[in-house]
Amino acid sequence: MEASGVNVDLRAKADWVWRQTLEVYRRAPEVRLASSLSPVEIFVSLYYGGLLRFDPQRTDWEERDRCIISKGHGSICMYPILADLGYFPAEELERVCQAGSFLGGIPDPVIPGYETVNGSLGHGLGVASGMALGLKVKGGAQDVFVVTGDGELHEGANWEAIMFAAQNRLDNLTLIVDDNRICMLGFTDEINSLGRLADRLGGFGWDCLEVDGHDVMAVHAALSHLKKTRDGRPKALVARTIKGRGVPGLENAPLSHVMSPKFETIDSLLREPQQ
Amino acid sequence: MTALQPRAMRDALLERIWENMATDERLFFVAADFGAPTLDRIRGDFPKRFINVGIAEQNLINVSAGLALEGFKVFAYAIAPFITMRCYEQCRTNLALLSTVRPMNVTLVGVGAGYSYVVSGPTHQCYEDITLMRTLPGFSVLSPADHVTAGALFDRCAGQRGLKYLRFDAQNLPVLHGETAPDLNKGFTQLRDGSDASVVATGYMVHTALKVADKLAQDGISLAVIDLFDLSGFDQDALAALLAARPALISMEEGFSGRGGVDSLARDLLSRKGLERPTLGIGVEPAYRFELGDRATLHEQVGIGPLVAEARVRAFLKT
Repeated sequence: MEASGVNVDLRAKADWVWRQTLEVYRRAPEVRLASSLSPVEIFVSLYYGGLLRFDPQRTDWEERDRCIISKGHGSICMYPILADLGYFPAEELERVCQAGSFLGGIPDPVIPGYETVNGSLGHGLGVASGMALGLKVKGGAQDVFVVTGDGELHEGANWEAIMFAAQNRLDNLTLIVDDNRICMLGFTDEINSLGRLADRLGGFGWDCLEVDGHDVMAVHAALSHLKKTRDGRPKALVARTIKGRGVPGLENAPLSHVMSPKFETIDSLLREPQQ
Repeated sequence: MTALQPRAMRDALLERIWENMATDERLFFVAADFGAPTLDRIRGDFPKRFINVGIAEQNLINVSAGLALEGFKVFAYAIAPFITMRCYEQCRTNLALLSTVRPMNVTLVGVGAGYSYVVSGPTHQCYEDITLMRTLPGFSVLSPADHVTAGALFDRCAGQRGLKYLRFDAQNLPVLHGETAPDLNKGFTQLRDGSDASVVATGYMVHTALKVADKLAQDGISLAVIDLFDLSGFDQDALAALLAARPALISMEEGFSGRGGVDSLARDLLSRKGLERPTLGIGVEPAYRFELGDRATLHEQVGIGPLVAEARVRAFLKT
């Protein structure tokens, strides 16, 4: 960890978040598991790797970096992260999807730590672009990070924002794509291929890196580099990930989005000691 | 009524925005490749707080939402059907829904109410927006009938948090109120008293209502004419009291008839206040048409011109 100046063992933290996400699913099988397992290392890098400035006690702190989570169902792994960081008590994780809880099947902005509405896909990047522009005009040094899925990029509004961010030199904006290559009904490439996404974003004038999205240290290194770079271009990290990672039967299954693994499968995974 | 020269509604508003941008650093103007001479002054004098997102209304709304989250008072500017319908889900999700938990100040300025883009046909005309925007919780829908009211709405929009949709005519309409705008808090103003029926009209149709009232007055039929410019937050008790004073109610709008517009608003008010009155809704026959003609001709074809409206009112009051 020394090389990156991080005090937390990010790999161990990512494994813990992965297990905690299975625990949430075990208690609330309504949540979408597969798309919540692919972005674990992305969020762990951001929230535990010193990349994001935040204060769980002051979610509207002006100096915070903005993290816009856009991928709808697929960010349930944020629940244990936010609880662990003190945004809300960990007991709330026992009540996911229950009446009276603020932790639903799709995260809403009533959850401390969520900035905007997600669930309806393709909204995060445009709103984040507006925030990035607003911060620039205010003279703020804060960063805006947006996490989307790859299938979500089918929504045309994203490409309006991709042009806008380049045109307006929003180099305080970083898009992170959880590129798990699977939509709800199959492989993204077979539905509406994004081709080589990094090339396409580069063609629109973005500074783009690609990385193995489950190599948490590589994700962290790439994001650290992007955070430091401000050369007039908006920035993107395409994180190649695996939907349903680590769960037999779910992992990289074309219909993993709608699959509900058996509890026995989850229980046996949870019985294994954490690495 | 007044010597005040009619101006474009948008110019009256844009001028107020320009005047205030120097002193209020939170004002931000976002356009979707839609201009006006006054806009060039905003662009020239405040380049950091003017942005043209291009022909991209979805992003217009999303960027406006982001700016509002950063504390700016945002005016978003485009042609009426596009700023409402092209990006309706952005309006719902990132404005109406999000503003229930995050305070925002965003004003959508839609130019081209009803048939005001006369020769551009149904893509640029707008007959659905009153219904659509009124159905979104949190949105104030404001539909002025002259540029004086339009300009005065600046204070309401910049000064009050929340979401507003301004439905502006693209043509210069005669001045109704002199130099002083009507009471914006009440949301309506009675322009003319009368005893046989109340006419509640909005936007361009206020002018048609006045013409019809003039004509019928020659035959001793007396219509009260009410300019309802706040279609969501008007003073309901005060309007109901006015409507109670006459035995019949007529609504007039340059929007689809029977589809949840001013007609439904007026009937709903009667019903909730326990007032039983016969009603006549004068609105655009709900169909898309491609005929060309001047605005008056088009209005007669779709059932809202002064001649057809006069005939319908006469028949209605006879029964």
